[in-house]
Amino acid sequence: MADTIVEVAEGPALVLKGYEPGEPLTDLDSYRAVGGYAQLAKARAQTPQEVTQEIIDSNLRGRGGAFFPTGRKASFIPTPDKVAKPIYITVNADESEPGTFKDREIMLKVPHRLLEGCLIAAHAIQSKHVFIYIRGEYLEEYRVLEAARVEAEAAGLMEDVTITIHRGAGAYICGEETGLLESLEGKRGQPRSKPPFPAIQGLYASPTLINNVESITNMPIVLEVGPEEYAKIGAPPDSTGTRLFCLSGNVVKPGVFEAPHGITVRHLIFDIGGGIADGRELKAVMVGGSSFPVMIPSELDTPLDANSLGQKGLFIGSGVICAIDDRTCIVQFALRVAQFYMHESCGKCTPCRVGTRWLVQYLKAIEAGTATESDFDIVLDICDRIIGKCLCVLGDSAAMPVASCVTKFRDEFRAHLAQGGCPFGEDSSLAHLFAPVDQHAHTPVPEVISTERI
Amino acid sequence: MSSYAEVAKQYPDPKSAILPALRMAQDKYGWLSREAFEEVADALDLTPAYCMSVASFYDMFHLEPIGTHTIEVCTNVCCGLVNAQPVLEAFELALGIRAGETTEDGAVTLRAVECLGGCSTPTIVAVDHVYKQSVTPADVPGIIEELNARGLDGARQEAEAPASPAPGAEDG
Repeated sequence: MADTIVEVAEGPALVLKGYEPGEPLTDLDSYRAVGGYAQLAKARAQTPQEVTQEIIDSNLRGRGGAFFPTGRKASFIPTPDKVAKPIYITVNADESEPGTFKDREIMLKVPHRLLEGCLIAAHAIQSKHVFIYIRGEYLEEYRVLEAARVEAEAAGLMEDVTITIHRGAGAYICGEETGLLESLEGKRGQPRSKPPFPAIQGLYASPTLINNVESITNMPIVLEVGPEEYAKIGAPPDSTGTRLFCLSGNVVKPGVFEAPHGITVRHLIFDIGGGIADGRELKAVMVGGSSFPVMIPSELDTPLDANSLGQKGLFIGSGVICAIDDRTCIVQFALRVAQFYMHESCGKCTPCRVGTRWLVQYLKAIEAGTATESDFDIVLDICDRIIGKCLCVLGDSAAMPVASCVTKFRDEFRAHLAQGGCPFGEDSSLAHLFAPVDQHAHTPVPEVISTERI
Repeated sequence: MSSYAEVAKQYPDPKSAILPALRMAQDKYGWLSREAFEEVADALDLTPAYCMSVASFYDMFHLEPIGTHTIEVCTNVCCGLVNAQPVLEAFELALGIRAGETTEDGAVTLRAVECLGGCSTPTIVAVDHVYKQSVTPADVPGIIEELNARGLDGARQEAEAPASPAPGAEDG
């Protein structure tokens, strides 16, 4: 049972700076030995506006999926003299996007860099209270981060800022920023209508800055290398800096690899990741996360930056690169993805609540070979009726990958109908893959419950 | 273990303490019984019905009794592409139950869960909330043996579990 590979694949090392494989910078002394907390002192000697301006000038963008400019987001927060309420920061550590496992490695390997980022951000927007919302399943990560927090507090680094680490309890939707706020306020994590945006009315209806773990961990780095230099790294002007790419699936060497924006998917999978495992062929790539359209092999040379991907209708998301080999039935893939979103839909908006269920029903019929060709267009129509029509993007996240599978692999969808069932028979790597949503059904679903098959 | 009131003090609004309070109650009772909801509601000045409505939203809260130990197998696509289904099936066969069920002696609840965020070391199996990485069907008997050796006492209380060793050390 191997440990996760975490390494700098291509320099410069930014988020992982100073980290050597096997030697996490979890204690304060080891983090200080690589220059830790020096940028906090530097930031505190500057005015909040100066610090915010440096983040703006670096063109650092959100690493959670939306790629919104981090500095601009901070600049939306009103100054304390303009608002009678406290100003909050919430760090989104509810890492739940399938294929994403980078924020947990930040918390395990460089927790103090995250905390330093929190304190720099707190200074930049003059906030006194930071909440780190960490997904409930991350027990080890919580313990490491909490220990670092206690150590930083004992060392007097917090000054008048309080950092509270808040554990979630298992709900993908709480990674959506307003769902997160609802959850943190002690409610069901159902997203809110926007506007008002969190910068104006966020946590407890107060101005709130929400940043992903990796975004905020980049803040000390921006100050250290300087915004002008940072803005030259990667694929400027829009995709600056590095990413912690999450490489998984059917590759020889999966792991978390830090590399600059702009490297290609081909380079990541075939050079850094050692190619496709078991001598198989690459069939598709889940790029950005399961929420986004899938990439096909002809698109492998697309640089991993927002503009290049955008031209092909793809997204960089949370840095996911999951290789799917030729043993995989793409209908099963689309079905399993749709089942995930059906399970995680909070049920507030009708298109998502109903649409995700319909997608699952149609995809099951296609997989069983009992659908008709006109059903493919119905599936695309359902996707179209979900996208952009809900309060949050969870529904879109089901619709985009499903629609891309139907469009890019239509022949394989057709083959299911022609053969009256899955052309892979029992040989697909995703054959009979159980979905947790079936555990909640009132009646068991025998065809997907495995012991009956054996 | 800290009290509900102590946890509530960390937040500007005590209602925000509902998730940690429900987690503490679940650790204490093993699951969220009516008694547990009454206790949390009383401590945070909420109603039991409200606490139940919140708890039902979250996957990690159990509204009915579960086993002393939990085995949670990720069956999302990244683990699925490698071996999640054979791993889940190996647990089902070894325990004689299906995903979502608890063994008759109340020792183990087996669940399939959505992505646990360990996609580069599939399949991820959380045993009493501690991740085991790169689990194969061949590892299943050993994991169950380990649980048997641990016995039926108190494993579900993650909050009281011994401090974990360095990341990865669990996986040796």
